[in-house]
Amino acid sequence: MRPTIVNLKAKNRKIGVLRVIFLLLTVSLMTACSRTTGTGIILAGSTSVQPYAEILAEEYMILYPDAEIDIQGGGSAAGITAAQSGTADIGMSSRALKTEEKSLWFVEIARDGLAVIVNPDNPVQNLTLNQLRDIYATAITDWSPMGGSTAKIHVITREEGSGTRSAFTELVMGKTEINPKAIVQDSNGAVLQLVKDDPNAIGYISLGLVNENVRALHLEGVAATRENVLNGSYNLTRPFLFVASSQPTGIAKQFIDFTISPQGQTILSSEGLIPPTEGTTK
Amino acid sequence: MKKFKENLSERIFLLIALSALSVLALITVFIFIHGLPIITKVGIFNFVFGMKWAPSQGAYGIFPMIVGSVSVTLGAAILGVPVAICCSIFLTEFAPSMLRNIFRPAIQLLAGIPSVVFGFWGVLYIVPLIRNYLGGPGLSILAGSIILAIMILPTIISISEVSLLALPQQYREGAFALGLTHWQTIYYLLLPAAKSGIVAAIILGLGRAIGETMAVIMVLGNAVAIPQSILDPARTLTTNIGIEMGYATGEHQQALFATGIVLFIIIMILNASAQYITRKK
Amino acid sequence: MKINPRTSQKIAKFVIWSAALLVIAILLAIISDILLKGIPTISWQFLSEIPRNMGRSGGISSSIVGTLLLTVVAVIIATPFGIGTAVYLTEYTRESKITRMIRFSAESLAGIPSIVFGLFGFIFFVTYLQMGWSILSGGLTMAIMILPTIIRTSEEAIRTVPNLYREVGFSLGATKWQTITKTVFPSALPGIANGIILSIGRCVSETAAVILTAGSALRMPTSLFSPTRTMAVHFYILAREGLSTENAYGTAALLLILIFLINVVFNMLVNRFVSKGR
Repeated sequence: MRPTIVNLKAKNRKIGVLRVIFLLLTVSLMTACSRTTGTGIILAGSTSVQPYAEILAEEYMILYPDAEIDIQGGGSAAGITAAQSGTADIGMSSRALKTEEKSLWFVEIARDGLAVIVNPDNPVQNLTLNQLRDIYATAITDWSPMGGSTAKIHVITREEGSGTRSAFTELVMGKTEINPKAIVQDSNGAVLQLVKDDPNAIGYISLGLVNENVRALHLEGVAATRENVLNGSYNLTRPFLFVASSQPTGIAKQFIDFTISPQGQTILSSEGLIPPTEGTTK
Repeated sequence: MKKFKENLSERIFLLIALSALSVLALITVFIFIHGLPIITKVGIFNFVFGMKWAPSQGAYGIFPMIVGSVSVTLGAAILGVPVAICCSIFLTEFAPSMLRNIFRPAIQLLAGIPSVVFGFWGVLYIVPLIRNYLGGPGLSILAGSIILAIMILPTIISISEVSLLALPQQYREGAFALGLTHWQTIYYLLLPAAKSGIVAAIILGLGRAIGETMAVIMVLGNAVAIPQSILDPARTLTTNIGIEMGYATGEHQQALFATGIVLFIIIMILNASAQYITRKK
Repeated sequence: MKINPRTSQKIAKFVIWSAALLVIAILLAIISDILLKGIPTISWQFLSEIPRNMGRSGGISSSIVGTLLLTVVAVIIATPFGIGTAVYLTEYTRESKITRMIRFSAESLAGIPSIVFGLFGFIFFVTYLQMGWSILSGGLTMAIMILPTIIRTSEEAIRTVPNLYREVGFSLGATKWQTITKTVFPSALPGIANGIILSIGRCVSETAAVILTAGSALRMPTSLFSPTRTMAVHFYILAREGLSTENAYGTAALLLILIFLINVVFNMLVNRFVSKGR
């Protein structure tokens, strides 16, 4: 049998491992409070706002290299909840706040159009709001009443916590429910991909994200373009909000100031967003 | 001194075991505590058999998701089990040893592919195929079943293989001596003898299928209604949690934990069955 | 209709070989698609730059680092506790109803869907403990997730070590501790290592539980409290949003290669250790 020294080494090794773990945890706990020491903020929420927030954050971090801005998705509802609970410094929302959320601090950073998209091969060009509502309530089930084929419509919607969906429900559906048979996807991009591949699909996404792979329908004869949103003729629009549990300070405040500054607004406009309506800060 | 070291090492291990087990107990208790209130409020029958899931209206019936989970898992079993059993027979009975050394690692490789990759591949290739040749949006129970069948193959194959290998060689030798063909030996002798192990393998594969989330979110369509055909989109218990957990609060969140409880119970029943079947042998 | 046994043998052989070939074909289809389209994207730039423009350009260095950190945290926490528990259950306790119950619980927990762990981790670590989306939140969640598997595989590996080994140790006057560390443990090592490799693979591939505990931030993590986007999560987001097919494939290819390497390297290490110990 080996001498005792080797055995002691084995036991020490085991205790040593435990010590290392303990040390790791303590060290990380001590060094890593960048959130509370104010060099980092987290934005969370709307997947529609997220790409634009990312671009803003990239620009901001070029100007101020010490800042650490992290962006998280999850949907508008998740963002509002995270802001309320403090998990995020700023929540991103792509819909107006509900009555029970009105106690939150918020600022409108831009407006965005809501485009209803179909596959480029779909002959249908225009829908009335009533037809759109009926399609999503599954009162109309195939494309022929609107001038398309007799193929069944594949209705695509967003998940319940999505600000985009809330905006759509508010502006188009009213009191009518979206049929539970509708396919649910969890981001603008996913809806876009689906409509791109399926000739019979219909979905709604952020106007700024429409590309050459899909076609935005005219609503009540009005084309879904940025100009028409600006001049008010296309009225499927929703606000992009930054929300917080209380008036932001520190880096959060600086980042928000950057966003609504002319520099920030130019970035957003060049990406296809519309300037916010006047006087919408709390 | 030696006695002291002995006691110390036993104490250390006890401490480690207790902390680990208490953590696992914590998470179980946490899930039950957060999920039970909604079940008692809505009633277990209404929760499990309720046809409508609409949290914004306070409707918390998970039956559509149960149908989704069961259909997709059954579909995966129908498609996957025959192929898996054939492959395990291949490994133990038909493959020359060189092929065996390629096939077995290949199955391990299949097991290592992340579920998001399976989902991605499914969306790219399986979903359009179904949409163009069978109809419907393509995002469907059929698509989910195909992808899940592929994903549970390694589980079923490896455990079945172990059961078949465990059979004593005398079985095979005796059968040959009696003049049975290879296939007759397998079908009438080996498979029935390894039955309990194979059934356990299938049950574990089903457990894996029920628990899968990411691949299913990508190919199943996530519609909240009860599917009427295998070409319809559907939502499973797991994908329901996955899609809604980011923003669920209050009762909605409790309902998701309650769904977790249901999944817990399903897995425990499956595991208990698998253990019972292997013990019966 | 009675089929000639010879014919049934031929048919069976055909069906079984077809099944095996089908599985190989599917495996090749998936892997070749990912690797052929993904490897061209992997370059030194891809590996060393952080994602820019939502991941449309730049590389995935932050994801690689995040994935490694998350896995390391999870494995470092779970492994000692898992192996220690397994050792205690097999060596220091007698087979009883309690140990059977514990074994059953560990087995069941190993089969619980990862999304349930993710839900727990999000509510407990991220929100309740206010740890936020962070590598630590994700790592702790993953540690809890892989703990049952490590306990189970370690326990099985230790149990299958023949009692003879232990008896020889005792007869030579060794303490329990010495017997465990010098005889039982090295013998059980391949089985234990297998469980650890499985768990590492799970950490690297896991998406559902990670996206809501470790977050999906693109920056290079600066501490364990930073959020991070692991490679699996990054791949998922790129693929879903259709932001960049090339980068999605590149990430997936890297992920596959990483998992493959983990399996191969670990198997090699274990074989070396085992043969050295002989």
